[in-house]
Order: sequence, then C-alpha cells, then structure tokens
Amino acid sequence: MALNVLRRTSKFGRLLGFTSPAVKNNMRILSVGQPALSKKEVEVTFIKANGDEIKAKGKVGDSLLDVVVNNNLDLDGFGACEGTLTCSTCHLILSPENYNSLPNKPSEEELDMLDLAYDLCDTSRLGCQIILEDNLDGLKVKVPATVNDARS
Amino acid sequence: MMKNRGLSILKRCFCSGNSIKPKICVVGGGPAGFYAAQHLAKKLENSQIDIMERLPVPFGLVRFGVAPDHPEVKNVIHTFTKTAESPNVNFYGNISLGKDISLEDLKQFYHIIILTYGAEQNKKLDIPGVNLKNVLPARNIVGWYNGVPSDKNLNINLNCETVAIIGQGNVAIDVARILLTPIDELKKTDITQHSLNQLSQSKIKKIVLIGRRGPLQAAFTIKELREMLKLKNCLTLWKNEDFETIETPIVEKLARPKKRITELMLKSVQEQKIINNEAKIFNPVFLRSPLEILGDNQVEKIVLGVNKLTGNDLLTQTATLTDQIETLDCDLVISSIGYKSIQADPNIPFDLNKGIIKNTKGKIDAGLYTSGWLGTGPVGVILSTMSNAFAVTEQIIEDIPKDNLLKNPKPGFEGARKILDQKNVQLVTWKDWAKIDKYEISLGEKAGKPREKIVDIEQMLKIASS
Ligand SMILES: Cc1cc2nc3c(=O)[nH]c(=O)nc-3n(C[C@H](O)[C@H](O)[C@H](O)COP(=O)(O)OP(=O)(O)OC[C@H]3O[C@@H](n4cnc5c(N)ncnc54)[C@H](O)[C@@H]3O)c2cc1C
Ligand code: FES
Repeated sequence: MALNVLRRTSKFGRLLGFTSPAVKNNMRILSVGQPALSKKEVEVTFIKANGDEIKAKGKVGDSLLDVVVNNNLDLDGFGACEGTLTCSTCHLILSPENYNSLPNKPSEEELDMLDLAYDLCDTSRLGCQIILEDNLDGLKVKVPATVNDARS
Repeated sequence: MMKNRGLSILKRCFCSGNSIKPKICVVGGGPAGFYAAQHLAKKLENSQIDIMERLPVPFGLVRFGVAPDHPEVKNVIHTFTKTAESPNVNFYGNISLGKDISLEDLKQFYHIIILTYGAEQNKKLDIPGVNLKNVLPARNIVGWYNGVPSDKNLNINLNCETVAIIGQGNVAIDVARILLTPIDELKKTDITQHSLNQLSQSKIKKIVLIGRRGPLQAAFTIKELREMLKLKNCLTLWKNEDFETIETPIVEKLARPKKRITELMLKSVQEQKIINNEAKIFNPVFLRSPLEILGDNQVEKIVLGVNKLTGNDLLTQTATLTDQIETLDCDLVISSIGYKSIQADPNIPFDLNKGIIKNTKGKIDAGLYTSGWLGTGPVGVILSTMSNAFAVTEQIIEDIPKDNLLKNPKPGFEGARKILDQKNVQLVTWKDWAKIDKYEISLGEKAGKPREKIVDIEQMLKIASS
C-alpha cells in the first residue's frame, strides 16, 4: 500500500512540473494538436541485475527515463537528476547491435557522466538520453546493479 | 514485476513475523539518510522510519555543498521530498545527536539506528603560517556561498589578485569556479546574498590549483574540468612540463574514464594561449606540496616543495618531495584537502585517525549502522552515496531476523519526544520545513533568484513555528 502511494506521488510530482527535457518536448508536440493516439508505442525490456525482466511501453519521442517514470518501474534510484545529465543513475547497458543502431550518438557531456558510472561498458548509455524511435520496438537494456559493495 | 512483489511480501512477513512494528531512526538528513529511508520504507512497509536532522532544514550537502550554479544536481530533492512525505517516514529537524539526544537514548527507543550524519569538519592543513589572515578552508568558503549558518560571517578578503588553492578535488574546482564565474551568472543562482555582495567587489585575476601528484593522478572529474575549460572570460593555463612524460602510448593504455580526461587535458595544453588580457586565469599546477605560508599578518606568499613521482603503477604513484622549492605570490590561500567526520556521541565507536565510524560494510553493532560519508569516508558523489545507502539497508533487512532485532516492541519517536520536550527542543516537522522552503523561494523571487536561503537558525525556527 505504502509503496503504491509513494509511486503515485512520484508520478504526480513529475507531472506537476519536474519534467525531464524529453517529457517537455513531448508536451510541446502534443500541444500543437497532434493526437496522442497517433504516437506509436514501442516496447522496451529492462533486465535487472538479478535477471528479472520488466517490460514496459513508451511512445516514440519518449526517453528511456520517461518510460521508467511513466510506468512507475521498480528501479531504485533511477533518474535522480531527472534527465539533466548530472547524475548517471540512469546508466543502462545495451547490446552492441542496439548500441550501434541508435541514431543519436552520446555527446561529450553524456560520456563525461558515464565515466562516473559503475560497471561502465563500451555499450553503456544514459537512459535519459536515449530517445525511442519506431525501429527500437523490442529494445532490451540491462540495468546495472545499484547496490555496490558498502566499502566502495 | 509479479515475481518481485511476491518476494517483497515474503520478506515483509519474514521480517516482521512477530508483528512487532520495526522502529527505525536515521540520524542525519542528507542523501545517505534520505536514500536509506527511501529503501527501508519500500522494503519494510510496516516499519516507522524517523529521520532526525540537526538543522531545521533538510538535504545536507545537497543544500550546503553542491554548488549554486549546479541546480540540476539538486533535483534529487524532489525524490527526497517524496520519501519524507511517504506515510511511514517522518522528518524531525533541529535535533542534534550528542546534544539534544544521546545514542543510548535512541537505542532504548528504536530497534534500528542508522547514523548518516556526514562529514562536517575539514582536514587541517598542517604547515607553518596557516593561521595568517586569508588562509581559509574550502569548506568554510562553500558554507559561506551556500548559506551554512555558522559560515555567514566568514572573514574573507577578495580584494586580491592571486589565489592559491591547495588540493585538486571537485570541491577545489567548485570553489575556483565560483570565484571565477562572472557575477551576472551567479546572480541567477541561489547563492547567498552576503557572498554575492562580496564577490561583486572581487579583484581576483588568477587561481592556481595546486596538486601533489601529476595529471594522471588528478582527483577532479572530467565534467568539472570541461566546465572550467568552457567558463566565460576565463582561460585555463597549464604548465607544459607537467605533461612532458605523458605520451600517447601511455594514454592509449588507460581505462576509458582516465583516458578521456587525460586526452581532454592534453588537448587543452596544446591549445592554450593568452588571447585576451582581460580574461581571468585558471592555472592547475601539478607536483607541488605546500610547505609554508608567509606573510605579515595577512598571507603574501606560499612556499611549495617540488615533488617527484615514485612507484611502478602510473595511477597510484605517490609524491615524494625533492629538495627544490618555489614560492608563489598570493593573497588568499584556500585549503581543500578533504573533509572528516566527528564523533557526535561518546558511545559511537570512532576511528579518530581516519575520521570515520568503525564499521564493517556499514554495520557498527547489532541494530546500529552507518552509511554515507560518515561510514565510507568523505569521498564520492551522490550516486556512490546512494549505492552505499541501498547496500547498507539491504544488510539491515538481512540482519533483522539473523540478529533478532525485533525482540520487544519499542516506542520510537514517542520515547524520544519526552526527552526532547524536557529539553525544550523545538521540533521542525516536514510541514514546518515546507514553510521555510516557501519563504525562501518567495524571498528569492524578489531578487530574481530561485531561492534566497535563510542563514540564521533563529529565523528558520521562527518561520517554522509561524
Ligand atoms: C562542496 C561539495 C560539493 C559537492 N558537489 C556534488 C555534486 O555536484 N554532485 C554530487 O553528486 N555530489 C556532490 N558532492 C558530494 C555529495 O554532497 C555527498 O556524496 C553526499 O552529500 C554525502 O551524503 P551524506 O548523507 O553522507 O552526508 P551529508 O550530505 O553531509 O548529510 C549529513 C547530514 O547530517 C546532519 N548532521 C550532522 N551532524 C548531526 C548530528 N549530530 N545530529 C543530527 N544530524 C546531524 C547534517 O546537518 C546533514 O544534513 C559534493 C560535496 C561537497 C562537500
Ligand atoms: S537522469 Fe541523471 S544523468 Fe540521466
């Protein structure tokens, strides 16, 4: 119960104005009159460090952070800076194919933040910077463990 | 998802099978405290978690450390706010462990205590001349521009040209950046008005950032460096000789983060030239150790020993002093050599040398834990503090049955309240903080800032009780 309340307020808080750039972007598109329904939905699978898979849907134009937030996905600590490229808690690991197929390559600033992430790989990206496109339907991403050795 | 939920219900039954409500006290309302509370509130739904914070205002170094020109970093406050507002979490400000309430008291009232009161002291620079005027710890300068109540009257003289900062961590860079940023940029931030007034009169032309070791061992991170390189009206100048031994084959072999920051430095070294005499100068200098600060009343010079690097592993090489020395004329010396914690209560097992609580992966004793800078030492960003808080809370959940932590019912805050009432401590609840928050935001609006922080504890308490 408590958890649900927490999640609901969480989404609420974000809708009230703490939106990430991608969400804002999305709203702007909506307000020019494009019907929301025409936006294609894309399915994404998040694979947690313990192997659990979470499937969720997002709209084309959403970031993967939006997908996590809008679906209240149970990923602790994900997206602490709300998509402003200052925290790297939205670190995700992609397959080489997916990584290479993404149209927008990571910016210097994204790479700078990734350099602080745990378990950095060559195919690491920040979820708040990956924007969904039609061809990403079925995308699978790995969520690295947030719980690290307490001494680290 | 389903699988997860099943598991958490299982955990819940397992942990509180004897139906005793876990009473948990988190001491310190910074990131470690809030993240620990968040995790426990979610994993132990029938528990009551009380966050006790010494100041009337929450968020620790997110409010008092993170630089005013980095408002995005402070977005975590929204998550912390949700945690504080969740049904099984309470926040109580203006309660100081060791002063208003003791650890022994807390042990009586709570099943589990997590100490997350951070690292509020600075390591002291131990060289002759540190007591001269205008030799200041970075910690107090940060407190001065960020509104730490005890730093509001800091005696700093900015009517000076050259500043020497000892240390090259991100705090050192933050301080350098705030001192070099054009005042019109700072005006738009939540920087304190008293510091803004003084900064607008600043005559600082040049900041020398002094590190003991070489560029490969530098402590600052690439984001902070890139920001300096892009700073308006400021040139970053390096000493070519610091980079002479860093050749391409060495750089190629480095792990990606080290490689990228080294490449960025090398690129900047190659491109450096003075194109604009008006510009301020940011000058990182490597392989120097401060030996003595000279001056007649106020600082005038700093004597630096030249170091050489020894050791086979490039990244962990250590600095050894040679017999060469240099002097640098400067009018302000800022030491930024790290933070340390204090023993807030005599019953806390404390390592006075290291300045951290004695603990094994966050565990101090049965039912007593620590997390964040207090337990790990004052290193790492919010991300690492978060990971640590989650790891320690996972440990707690495992320990509850193992250490039989829920033997008897405990009163929780109702027990603590009696003691606090006797001492006439004014409790600041989350609603009270909301009043202070609102007040600060409206004060800021008038000045075109996101917030004007109240820097006086009495005034905070007055607003809280209004
Ligand atoms: C200058 C500076 C800039 C930083 N900038 C960034 C940044 O840009 N990005 C980033 O990710 N990280 C940054 N960090 C690191 C980040 O602030 C820390 O990782 C994090 O705050 C540590 O959290 P903590 O909860 O352990 O300690 P703290 O944040 O220090 O919280 C401890 C809390 O305990 C309270 N307390 C102290 N004594 C008592 C007592 N006796 N009783 C009750 N309560 C008490 C304090 O008032 C405080 O609220 C910065 C750190 C500093 C110093
Ligand atoms: S949410 Fe912080 S960097 Fe992506």
